[in-house]
Amino acid sequence: MSVSVRIPTILRSYTGGAAEVSAQEGTLRDVIAGLDAAYPGLAGRILDEAGKLRRFVNVYVGDEDVRLAQGLDTRVPSGIQVSVIPAVAGG
Amino acid sequence: MTIAAPTTISTSAVPASRFGHASRLSCRECGQTYQLGAQHACAECFGPLEVGYDFPALTREAVEAGPPSIWRYASLLPVPADVASRPNTEPGCTPLVRADRLAAALGLRTLWVKDERSNPTHSFKDRVVAVALAAAVEMGYKVLACPSTGNLANAVAAAAARAGIRSVVLIPASLEPQKILGTAIYGGTLVTVDGTYDDVNRLASELADDREDWAFVNVNVRPYYAEGSKTIGFEIAEQLGWRLPGQVVVPVASGAQLVKIDKAFRELGALGLVDETPYRVFGAQASGCAPVAAAFRAGQDVVQPVRPDTIAKSLAIGNPADGPYVLDVARRTGGAVADVSDAEIVDAIRLLAATEGIFGETAVGVTLATTRRLLEAGQLDPEAETVIINSGDGLKTLDAVAGSVASVSPIRPTRQAFAELESSNHARKAVVA
Repeated sequence: MSVSVRIPTILRSYTGGAAEVSAQEGTLRDVIAGLDAAYPGLAGRILDEAGKLRRFVNVYVGDEDVRLAQGLDTRVPSGIQVSVIPAVAGG
Repeated sequence: MTIAAPTTISTSAVPASRFGHASRLSCRECGQTYQLGAQHACAECFGPLEVGYDFPALTREAVEAGPPSIWRYASLLPVPADVASRPNTEPGCTPLVRADRLAAALGLRTLWVKDERSNPTHSFKDRVVAVALAAAVEMGYKVLACPSTGNLANAVAAAAARAGIRSVVLIPASLEPQKILGTAIYGGTLVTVDGTYDDVNRLASELADDREDWAFVNVNVRPYYAEGSKTIGFEIAEQLGWRLPGQVVVPVASGAQLVKIDKAFRELGALGLVDETPYRVFGAQASGCAPVAAAFRAGQDVVQPVRPDTIAKSLAIGNPADGPYVLDVARRTGGAVADVSDAEIVDAIRLLAATEGIFGETAVGVTLATTRRLLEAGQLDPEAETVIINSGDGLKTLDAVAGSVASVSPIRPTRQAFAELESSNHARKAVVA
Protein backbone atom coordinates (compact mmCIF):
# COMPACT_ATOMS: atom_id res chain seq x y z
CA MET A 1 0.00 0.00 0.00
CA SER A 2 1.24 3.47 -0.69
CA VAL A 3 1.20 6.99 0.68
CA SER A 4 1.36 10.21 -1.23
CA VAL A 5 4.12 12.74 -0.56
CA ARG A 6 3.80 16.43 -1.35
CA ILE A 7 7.08 17.83 -2.69
CA PRO A 8 7.87 21.56 -2.28
CA THR A 9 9.00 23.57 -5.29
CA ILE A 10 12.64 23.71 -4.22
CA LEU A 11 12.87 19.89 -4.27
CA ARG A 12 11.00 19.27 -7.50
CA SER A 13 14.22 19.14 -9.50
CA TYR A 14 14.66 15.71 -7.88
CA THR A 15 11.20 14.47 -8.89
CA GLY A 16 11.24 15.59 -12.50
CA GLY A 17 9.00 18.49 -11.58
CA ALA A 18 6.33 16.33 -9.89
CA ALA A 19 4.56 18.06 -6.99
CA GLU A 20 3.28 14.78 -5.61
CA VAL A 21 4.90 11.34 -5.61
CA SER A 22 4.11 7.95 -4.07
CA ALA A 23 6.04 6.01 -1.47
CA GLN A 24 5.59 2.86 0.59
CA GLU A 25 3.96 3.10 4.01
CA GLY A 26 6.00 2.49 7.17
CA THR A 27 7.70 4.92 9.48
CA LEU A 28 8.59 8.38 8.19
CA ARG A 29 12.18 7.15 8.10
CA ASP A 30 11.10 4.31 5.78
CA VAL A 31 9.14 6.70 3.57
CA ILE A 32 12.13 9.03 3.15
CA ALA A 33 14.43 6.07 2.40
CA GLY A 34 11.94 4.89 -0.23
CA LEU A 35 11.83 8.34 -1.78
CA ASP A 36 15.61 8.45 -1.92
CA ALA A 37 15.71 5.10 -3.73
CA ALA A 38 13.31 6.45 -6.36
CA TYR A 39 14.75 9.96 -6.49
CA PRO A 40 18.43 9.76 -5.50
CA GLY A 41 19.63 12.67 -3.37
CA LEU A 42 16.23 13.65 -2.03
CA ALA A 43 16.88 12.29 1.48
CA GLY A 44 20.01 14.41 1.79
CA ARG A 45 17.91 17.51 1.33
CA ILE A 46 15.44 16.59 4.07
CA LEU A 47 17.88 15.01 6.54
CA ASP A 48 21.20 16.35 7.80
CA GLU A 49 24.51 14.49 7.88
CA ALA A 50 23.53 12.82 11.15
CA GLY A 51 20.33 11.50 9.60
CA LYS A 52 18.08 13.86 11.57
CA LEU A 53 15.42 16.15 10.12
CA ARG A 54 17.04 19.39 9.04
CA ARG A 55 16.03 22.13 11.45
CA PHE A 56 14.40 24.29 8.79
CA VAL A 57 12.17 21.64 7.25
CA ASN A 58 8.73 20.77 8.53
CA VAL A 59 7.20 17.39 7.76
CA TYR A 60 3.53 16.66 8.32
CA VAL A 61 1.88 13.25 8.35
CA GLY A 62 -1.72 14.13 7.64
CA ASP A 63 -2.33 17.18 9.82
CA GLU A 64 0.32 16.26 12.38
CA ASP A 65 3.69 18.04 12.60
CA VAL A 66 6.01 15.05 13.12
CA ARG A 67 8.04 17.02 15.68
CA LEU A 68 4.91 16.94 17.84
CA ALA A 69 4.62 13.19 17.16
CA GLN A 70 7.49 10.67 17.04
CA GLY A 71 9.72 12.48 14.55
CA LEU A 72 11.24 10.09 12.01
CA ASP A 73 9.65 7.18 13.88
CA THR A 74 6.15 8.56 13.26
CA ARG A 75 3.93 5.92 11.64
CA VAL A 76 2.83 6.74 8.10
CA PRO A 77 -0.22 4.56 7.41
CA SER A 78 -1.44 3.68 3.96
CA GLY A 79 -3.52 6.30 2.22
CA ILE A 80 -2.30 9.28 4.21
CA GLN A 81 -0.57 12.33 2.76
CA VAL A 82 2.93 13.40 3.83
CA SER A 83 3.87 17.05 3.24
CA VAL A 84 7.40 18.42 3.20
CA ILE A 85 7.40 22.20 3.70
CA PRO A 86 10.13 24.78 4.22
CA ALA A 87 9.92 25.91 7.86
CA VAL A 88 11.04 29.45 7.22
CA ALA A 89 7.68 31.14 7.33
CA GLY A 90 5.48 33.14 9.57
CA GLY A 91 5.59 35.72 12.26
CA MET B 1 25.89 24.63 16.83
CA THR B 2 26.32 28.35 16.96
CA ILE B 3 25.70 30.37 13.85
CA ALA B 4 28.39 32.92 13.11
CA ALA B 5 26.85 36.34 12.76
CA PRO B 6 27.41 37.47 9.16
CA THR B 7 28.42 41.06 9.73
CA THR B 8 30.96 41.55 7.00
CA ILE B 9 29.90 44.75 5.35
CA SER B 10 31.60 46.10 2.29
CA THR B 11 31.02 49.59 1.04
CA SER B 12 31.09 50.36 -2.65
CA ALA B 13 29.71 52.70 -5.25
CA VAL B 14 27.42 50.10 -6.85
CA PRO B 15 24.57 52.05 -8.45
CA ALA B 16 21.27 51.74 -6.65
CA SER B 17 19.17 48.99 -8.20
CA ARG B 18 15.52 48.17 -7.83
CA PHE B 19 16.49 46.63 -4.49
CA GLY B 20 18.63 49.59 -3.50
CA HIS B 21 22.02 48.56 -2.18
CA ALA B 22 20.93 44.98 -1.52
CA SER B 23 23.14 42.71 -3.62
CA ARG B 24 22.36 39.09 -2.84
CA LEU B 25 20.51 36.51 -0.81
CA SER B 26 22.57 34.17 1.31
CA CYS B 27 21.64 31.14 3.39
CA ARG B 28 22.04 31.66 7.11
CA GLU B 29 22.65 27.94 7.59
CA CYS B 30 25.10 26.92 4.87
CA GLY B 31 26.21 30.23 3.32
CA GLN B 32 25.01 29.40 -0.21
CA THR B 33 24.35 32.65 -2.10
CA TYR B 34 21.62 33.44 -4.61
CA GLN B 35 20.66 36.34 -6.82
CA LEU B 36 18.07 38.70 -5.42
CA GLY B 37 14.65 37.42 -6.36
CA ALA B 38 11.58 35.54 -5.26
CA GLN B 39 13.13 32.86 -3.08
CA HIS B 40 13.02 32.44 0.68
CA ALA B 41 14.52 29.06 1.51
CA CYS B 42 17.87 27.58 0.58
CA ALA B 43 17.66 24.91 -2.13
CA GLU B 44 20.53 23.07 -0.44
CA CYS B 45 19.37 22.87 3.16
CA PHE B 46 16.02 24.70 3.55
CA GLY B 47 17.77 27.37 5.62
CA PRO B 48 16.40 30.92 5.66
CA LEU B 49 17.78 33.36 3.13
CA GLU B 50 19.08 36.70 4.33
CA VAL B 51 19.52 39.90 2.32
CA GLY B 52 23.13 40.99 1.92
CA TYR B 53 24.25 44.48 0.87
CA ASP B 54 27.03 46.52 -0.61
CA PHE B 55 26.33 49.55 1.52
CA PRO B 56 27.25 53.06 0.41
CA ALA B 57 28.99 55.37 2.85
CA LEU B 58 26.24 56.89 5.00
CA THR B 59 26.30 59.78 7.45
CA ARG B 60 24.09 60.63 10.40
CA GLU B 61 23.25 63.92 8.70
CA ALA B 62 22.02 62.14 5.56
CA VAL B 63 19.70 59.95 7.64
CA GLU B 64 18.45 62.91 9.67
CA ALA B 65 17.66 64.82 6.46
CA GLY B 66 15.41 61.98 5.28
CA PRO B 67 11.63 61.67 5.60
CA PRO B 68 10.00 61.12 9.04
CA SER B 69 9.37 57.43 8.31
CA ILE B 70 11.31 54.20 7.87
CA TRP B 71 12.37 55.49 4.44
CA ARG B 72 15.01 57.69 6.09
CA TYR B 73 16.87 54.34 6.29
CA ALA B 74 15.96 53.29 2.72
CA SER B 75 19.61 52.87 1.74
CA LEU B 76 19.92 50.16 4.42
CA LEU B 77 16.85 48.27 3.15
CA PRO B 78 16.16 46.12 0.03
CA VAL B 79 13.97 48.75 -1.60
CA PRO B 80 14.38 51.10 -4.60
CA ALA B 81 15.86 54.54 -3.95
CA ASP B 82 12.59 56.28 -4.86
CA VAL B 83 10.53 54.13 -2.49
CA ALA B 84 9.27 57.13 -0.51
CA SER B 85 7.46 58.48 -3.57
CA ARG B 86 5.41 55.30 -4.11
CA PRO B 87 2.05 54.57 -2.48
CA ASN B 88 2.82 52.91 0.82
CA THR B 89 1.88 53.46 4.44
CA GLU B 90 5.01 55.35 5.61
CA PRO B 91 5.38 53.72 9.02
CA GLY B 92 8.10 54.33 11.57
CA CYS B 93 9.60 57.21 13.52
CA THR B 94 7.54 56.07 16.49
CA PRO B 95 8.27 57.62 19.91
CA LEU B 96 11.01 56.37 22.19
CA VAL B 97 9.40 57.25 25.50
CA ARG B 98 11.53 57.84 28.57
CA ALA B 99 9.72 55.81 31.22
CA ASP B 100 10.92 57.16 34.57
CA ARG B 101 7.85 56.20 36.61
CA LEU B 102 7.90 52.66 35.25
CA ALA B 103 11.66 52.51 35.83
CA ALA B 104 11.15 53.49 39.46
CA ALA B 105 8.43 50.84 39.88
CA LEU B 106 10.80 48.18 38.49
CA GLY B 107 13.98 49.39 40.19
CA LEU B 108 15.72 50.29 36.93
CA ARG B 109 17.90 53.37 36.56
CA THR B 110 17.06 54.27 32.94
CA LEU B 111 14.22 52.78 30.91
CA TRP B 112 12.82 53.65 27.50
CA VAL B 113 9.72 52.25 25.77
CA LYS B 114 9.85 52.04 21.98
CA ASP B 115 6.16 52.65 21.43
CA GLU B 116 4.93 51.20 18.14
CA ARG B 117 1.28 52.22 18.55
CA SER B 118 1.62 55.26 16.31
CA ASN B 119 2.26 53.22 13.19
CA PRO B 120 -0.54 53.39 10.58
CA THR B 121 -2.29 50.21 11.79
CA HIS B 122 -0.98 50.52 15.34
CA SER B 123 1.75 47.89 15.41
CA PHE B 124 5.34 47.37 14.24
CA LYS B 125 4.01 45.17 11.43
CA ASP B 126 3.53 48.22 9.22
CA ARG B 127 7.33 48.44 8.98
CA VAL B 128 7.87 44.94 7.64
CA VAL B 129 4.87 45.11 5.34
CA ALA B 130 6.01 48.42 3.81
CA VAL B 131 9.35 46.83 2.88
CA ALA B 132 7.67 43.63 1.65
CA LEU B 133 5.23 45.63 -0.47
CA ALA B 134 8.00 47.62 -2.11
CA ALA B 135 10.01 44.47 -2.89
CA ALA B 136 6.93 42.51 -4.01
CA VAL B 137 5.98 45.21 -6.51
CA GLU B 138 9.56 45.15 -7.86
CA MET B 139 9.31 41.38 -8.31
CA GLY B 140 6.03 41.63 -10.19
CA TYR B 141 3.72 40.04 -7.65
CA LYS B 142 0.02 40.84 -8.12
CA VAL B 143 -1.42 39.92 -4.71
CA LEU B 144 -0.23 40.78 -1.19
CA ALA B 145 -1.00 37.93 1.19
CA CYS B 146 -0.07 36.57 4.62
CA PRO B 147 -0.87 34.17 7.42
CA SER B 148 -1.25 36.28 10.55
CA THR B 149 -1.90 36.38 14.27
CA GLY B 150 -3.70 39.69 13.70
CA ASN B 151 -1.37 42.67 13.60
CA LEU B 152 0.15 41.58 10.31
CA ALA B 153 -3.35 41.03 8.91
CA ASN B 154 -4.21 44.66 9.65
CA ALA B 155 -0.97 45.91 8.11
CA VAL B 156 -1.18 43.83 4.92
CA ALA B 157 -4.81 44.70 4.25
CA ALA B 158 -4.14 48.42 4.76
CA ALA B 159 -0.93 48.58 2.72
CA ALA B 160 -2.50 46.66 -0.17
CA ALA B 161 -5.52 48.99 -0.13
CA ARG B 162 -3.25 52.02 -0.28
CA ALA B 163 -1.19 50.54 -3.12
CA GLY B 164 -4.30 49.50 -5.01
CA ILE B 165 -3.54 45.79 -5.14
CA ARG B 166 -5.50 42.79 -3.92
CA SER B 167 -4.89 41.36 -0.45
CA VAL B 168 -5.57 37.86 0.86
CA VAL B 169 -5.21 37.43 4.61
CA LEU B 170 -5.43 34.11 6.47
CA ILE B 171 -5.99 34.17 10.25
CA PRO B 172 -7.01 31.74 12.99
CA ALA B 173 -10.77 32.07 13.56
CA SER B 174 -10.12 32.50 17.30
CA LEU B 175 -8.44 35.91 16.99
CA GLU B 176 -9.56 38.99 18.89
CA PRO B 177 -12.63 40.65 17.24
CA GLN B 178 -10.75 43.96 17.04
CA LYS B 179 -8.07 42.38 14.87
CA ILE B 180 -10.62 40.67 12.60
CA LEU B 181 -12.69 43.84 12.11
CA GLY B 182 -9.53 45.91 11.77
CA THR B 183 -8.57 43.75 8.80
CA ALA B 184 -11.95 43.35 7.13
CA ILE B 185 -12.49 47.11 7.02
CA TYR B 186 -9.87 47.49 4.28
CA GLY B 187 -11.92 45.39 1.90
CA GLY B 188 -9.48 42.67 0.89
CA THR B 189 -10.12 38.95 1.09
CA LEU B 190 -10.14 37.74 4.70
CA VAL B 191 -10.12 34.00 5.37
CA THR B 192 -10.64 32.69 8.89
CA VAL B 193 -9.29 29.21 9.50
CA ASP B 194 -10.30 26.64 12.11
CA GLY B 195 -6.92 25.99 13.67
CA THR B 196 -3.91 27.52 15.36
CA TYR B 197 -1.61 30.08 13.78
CA ASP B 198 0.79 27.25 12.99
CA ASP B 199 -1.97 25.50 11.02
CA VAL B 200 -2.65 28.74 9.14
CA ASN B 201 1.06 29.17 8.51
CA ARG B 202 1.30 25.70 7.04
CA LEU B 203 -1.64 26.38 4.73
CA ALA B 204 -0.05 29.64 3.60
CA SER B 205 3.26 27.90 2.93
CA GLU B 206 1.49 25.37 0.72
CA LEU B 207 -0.48 28.07 -1.11
CA ALA B 208 2.67 30.12 -1.64
CA ASP B 209 4.14 27.11 -3.43
CA ASP B 210 1.17 26.98 -5.84
CA ARG B 211 0.42 30.64 -6.56
CA GLU B 212 3.26 32.20 -8.40
CA ASP B 213 1.98 35.78 -8.44
CA TRP B 214 1.01 35.91 -4.75
CA ALA B 215 3.47 37.56 -2.39
CA PHE B 216 2.96 36.00 1.02
CA VAL B 217 4.89 38.69 2.82
CA ASN B 218 6.13 36.46 5.63
CA VAL B 219 6.60 33.33 3.54
CA ASN B 220 7.98 33.73 0.02
CA VAL B 221 8.92 37.42 0.48
CA ARG B 222 10.20 36.89 4.01
CA PRO B 223 13.87 37.82 3.42
CA TYR B 224 12.78 41.33 2.36
CA TYR B 225 9.89 41.63 4.81
CA ALA B 226 11.99 40.74 7.85
CA GLU B 227 14.51 43.47 7.01
CA GLY B 228 11.82 46.02 7.87
CA SER B 229 12.23 45.22 11.57
CA LYS B 230 15.78 46.56 11.43
CA THR B 231 14.23 50.02 11.40
CA ILE B 232 13.17 49.58 15.04
CA GLY B 233 16.82 49.17 15.95
CA PHE B 234 17.94 52.03 13.71
CA GLU B 235 15.40 54.37 15.29
CA ILE B 236 16.28 53.39 18.86
CA ALA B 237 19.92 54.25 18.21
CA GLU B 238 19.15 57.50 16.40
CA GLN B 239 16.65 58.57 19.10
CA LEU B 240 19.22 57.89 21.82
CA GLY B 241 21.52 60.35 20.07
CA TRP B 242 23.27 57.76 17.87
CA ARG B 243 24.09 55.37 20.72
CA LEU B 244 23.25 51.75 21.39
CA PRO B 245 21.40 50.92 24.62
CA GLY B 246 23.01 48.55 27.10
CA GLN B 247 20.04 46.17 27.19
CA VAL B 248 16.98 45.61 25.01
CA VAL B 249 14.00 43.35 25.79
CA VAL B 250 12.03 42.16 22.76
CA PRO B 251 8.88 40.02 22.45
CA VAL B 252 9.43 36.73 20.60
CA ALA B 253 6.83 35.24 18.26
CA SER B 254 8.67 34.02 15.14
CA GLY B 255 11.74 35.73 16.59
CA ALA B 256 12.45 37.81 13.48
CA GLN B 257 11.99 41.17 15.24
CA LEU B 258 14.62 40.35 17.87
CA VAL B 259 17.08 39.00 15.32
CA LYS B 260 16.69 42.08 13.11
CA ILE B 261 17.10 44.58 15.96
CA ASP B 262 20.43 42.88 16.66
CA LYS B 263 21.29 43.05 12.94
CA ALA B 264 20.44 46.77 12.92
CA PHE B 265 22.73 47.49 15.87
CA ARG B 266 25.57 45.60 14.18
CA GLU B 267 25.07 47.34 10.84
CA LEU B 268 25.07 50.79 12.47
CA GLY B 269 28.30 49.91 14.23
CA ALA B 270 29.94 48.53 11.08
CA LEU B 271 28.93 51.66 9.14
CA GLY B 272 30.42 53.92 11.81
CA LEU B 273 27.07 55.53 12.64
CA VAL B 274 27.35 54.45 16.30
CA ASP B 275 30.20 53.34 18.52
CA GLU B 276 30.23 49.56 18.76
CA THR B 277 29.43 49.50 22.47
CA PRO B 278 28.38 46.16 23.99
CA TYR B 279 24.68 45.45 24.34
CA ARG B 280 22.64 42.51 25.53
CA VAL B 281 19.47 41.24 23.84
CA PHE B 282 16.71 39.53 25.86
CA GLY B 283 13.70 37.67 24.46
CA ALA B 284 10.26 37.50 26.08
CA GLN B 285 7.63 34.78 25.66
CA ALA B 286 4.35 33.78 27.27
CA SER B 287 4.59 30.55 29.27
CA GLY B 288 1.66 29.22 27.24
CA CYS B 289 3.84 29.43 24.13
CA ALA B 290 7.49 29.44 25.15
CA PRO B 291 9.40 27.07 22.85
CA VAL B 292 12.37 29.43 22.51
CA ALA B 293 12.62 30.14 26.25
CA ALA B 294 12.48 26.39 26.91
CA ALA B 295 15.29 25.73 24.42
CA PHE B 296 17.34 28.56 25.96
CA ARG B 297 16.97 27.12 29.46
CA ALA B 298 17.80 23.62 28.22
CA GLY B 299 20.91 24.80 26.39
CA GLN B 300 19.57 23.51 23.08
CA ASP B 301 19.97 25.05 19.63
CA VAL B 302 16.89 23.37 18.13
CA VAL B 303 13.44 24.63 19.09
CA GLN B 304 10.91 21.91 19.85
CA PRO B 305 7.46 23.10 18.66
CA VAL B 306 4.61 23.47 21.16
CA ARG B 307 0.84 23.92 20.95
CA PRO B 308 0.15 27.50 22.07
CA ASP B 309 -2.29 28.34 24.87
CA THR B 310 -1.95 31.96 25.97
CA ILE B 311 -3.82 35.27 25.97
CA ALA B 312 -0.85 36.75 24.08
CA LYS B 313 -2.24 35.69 20.72
CA SER B 314 0.09 37.89 18.71
CA LEU B 315 2.97 35.84 20.10
CA ALA B 316 1.24 32.45 19.83
CA ILE B 317 3.56 30.83 17.31
CA GLY B 318 4.36 27.32 18.48
CA ASN B 319 6.90 26.64 15.72
CA PRO B 320 8.89 29.88 15.41
CA ALA B 321 10.94 30.17 12.22
CA ASP B 322 13.68 32.34 13.72
CA GLY B 323 13.78 30.58 17.07
CA PRO B 324 17.29 29.14 16.56
CA TYR B 325 18.64 32.59 15.70
CA VAL B 326 17.02 34.17 18.76
CA LEU B 327 18.97 31.63 20.81
CA ASP B 328 22.16 32.57 18.97
CA VAL B 329 21.67 36.31 19.53
CA ALA B 330 20.75 35.96 23.20
CA ARG B 331 23.76 33.72 23.86
CA ARG B 332 26.19 35.79 21.79
CA THR B 333 25.27 39.07 23.50
CA GLY B 334 24.98 37.69 27.03
CA GLY B 335 21.19 38.01 27.10
CA ALA B 336 18.52 35.43 27.85
CA VAL B 337 15.07 34.24 26.79
CA ALA B 338 12.44 33.84 29.51
CA ASP B 339 8.69 33.45 29.84
CA VAL B 340 5.83 34.63 32.07
CA SER B 341 2.29 33.56 32.98
CA ASP B 342 -0.90 35.07 31.60
CA ALA B 343 -1.63 36.64 35.02
CA GLU B 344 1.77 38.37 34.99
CA ILE B 345 1.05 39.58 31.43
CA VAL B 346 -2.18 41.28 32.51
CA ASP B 347 -0.50 42.82 35.57
CA ALA B 348 2.26 44.22 33.37
CA ILE B 349 -0.17 45.72 30.82
CA ARG B 350 -1.85 47.52 33.73
CA LEU B 351 1.47 48.64 35.22
CA LEU B 352 2.60 50.21 31.93
CA ALA B 353 -0.73 51.97 31.52
CA ALA B 354 -0.81 53.22 35.13
CA THR B 355 2.79 54.44 35.23
CA GLU B 356 3.35 55.79 31.72
CA GLY B 357 -0.06 56.28 30.13
CA ILE B 358 0.74 53.67 27.48
CA PHE B 359 -1.90 51.01 26.78
CA GLY B 360 0.00 48.28 25.00
CA GLU B 361 -1.23 45.00 23.64
CA THR B 362 -0.63 41.61 25.23
CA ALA B 363 2.83 41.35 23.66
CA VAL B 364 4.05 44.28 25.76
CA GLY B 365 2.58 42.60 28.81
CA VAL B 366 4.83 39.66 27.99
CA THR B 367 7.82 41.92 27.43
CA LEU B 368 7.39 44.00 30.56
CA ALA B 369 6.57 41.05 32.82
CA THR B 370 9.65 39.26 31.49
CA THR B 371 11.71 42.39 32.13
CA ARG B 372 10.50 42.37 35.74
CA ARG B 373 11.29 38.70 36.14
CA LEU B 374 14.76 39.02 34.60
CA LEU B 375 15.50 41.91 36.97
CA GLU B 376 14.40 39.88 39.96
CA ALA B 377 16.57 37.00 38.79
CA GLY B 378 19.57 39.31 38.46
CA GLN B 379 19.87 38.63 34.72
CA LEU B 380 19.07 42.22 33.71
CA ASP B 381 21.39 44.88 35.10
CA PRO B 382 19.31 47.56 36.91
CA GLU B 383 22.05 50.13 36.27
CA ALA B 384 22.23 49.62 32.49
CA GLU B 385 20.22 51.75 30.07
CA THR B 386 17.33 49.53 28.99
CA VAL B 387 14.87 49.66 26.09
CA ILE B 388 11.71 47.55 25.91
CA ILE B 389 9.53 47.22 22.81
CA ASN B 390 5.80 47.93 22.89
CA SER B 391 4.96 46.30 19.57
CA GLY B 392 1.25 47.13 19.39
CA ASP B 393 -1.89 48.77 20.72
CA GLY B 394 -3.91 47.58 23.72
CA LEU B 395 -7.12 48.57 21.98
CA LYS B 396 -6.66 45.50 19.77
CA THR B 397 -6.56 43.11 22.74
CA LEU B 398 -9.25 44.47 25.04
CA ASP B 399 -10.51 41.02 26.03
CA ALA B 400 -7.22 40.26 27.74
CA VAL B 401 -7.74 42.96 30.35
CA ALA B 402 -11.54 43.22 30.37
CA GLY B 403 -11.89 41.04 33.45
CA SER B 404 -9.12 42.67 35.41
CA VAL B 405 -10.13 46.33 35.59
CA ALA B 406 -12.97 47.44 37.83
CA SER B 407 -16.36 47.70 36.17
CA VAL B 408 -17.95 51.11 36.45
CA SER B 409 -21.53 51.35 37.69
CA PRO B 410 -23.46 54.50 36.78
CA ILE B 411 -24.56 57.00 39.42
CA ARG B 412 -27.40 59.51 39.45
CA PRO B 413 -26.29 62.92 38.07
CA THR B 414 -26.21 64.63 41.48
CA ARG B 415 -23.47 65.97 43.74
CA GLN B 416 -24.82 63.82 46.57
CA ALA B 417 -24.51 60.64 44.51
CA PHE B 418 -20.95 61.60 43.59
CA ALA B 419 -20.10 62.25 47.26
CA GLU B 420 -21.52 58.86 48.22
CA LEU B 421 -19.45 57.21 45.52
CA GLU B 422 -16.30 58.95 46.73
CA SER B 423 -16.83 57.90 50.33
CA SER B 424 -17.58 54.31 49.36
CA ASN B 425 -14.47 54.20 47.14
CA HIS B 426 -12.49 55.65 50.02
CA ALA B 427 -13.84 52.99 52.34
CA ARG B 428 -13.08 50.23 49.81
CA LYS B 429 -9.51 51.43 49.38
CA ALA B 430 -9.08 51.59 53.17
CA VAL B 431 -10.22 47.96 53.41
CA VAL B 432 -7.88 46.91 50.62
CA ALA B 433 -4.98 48.77 52.21
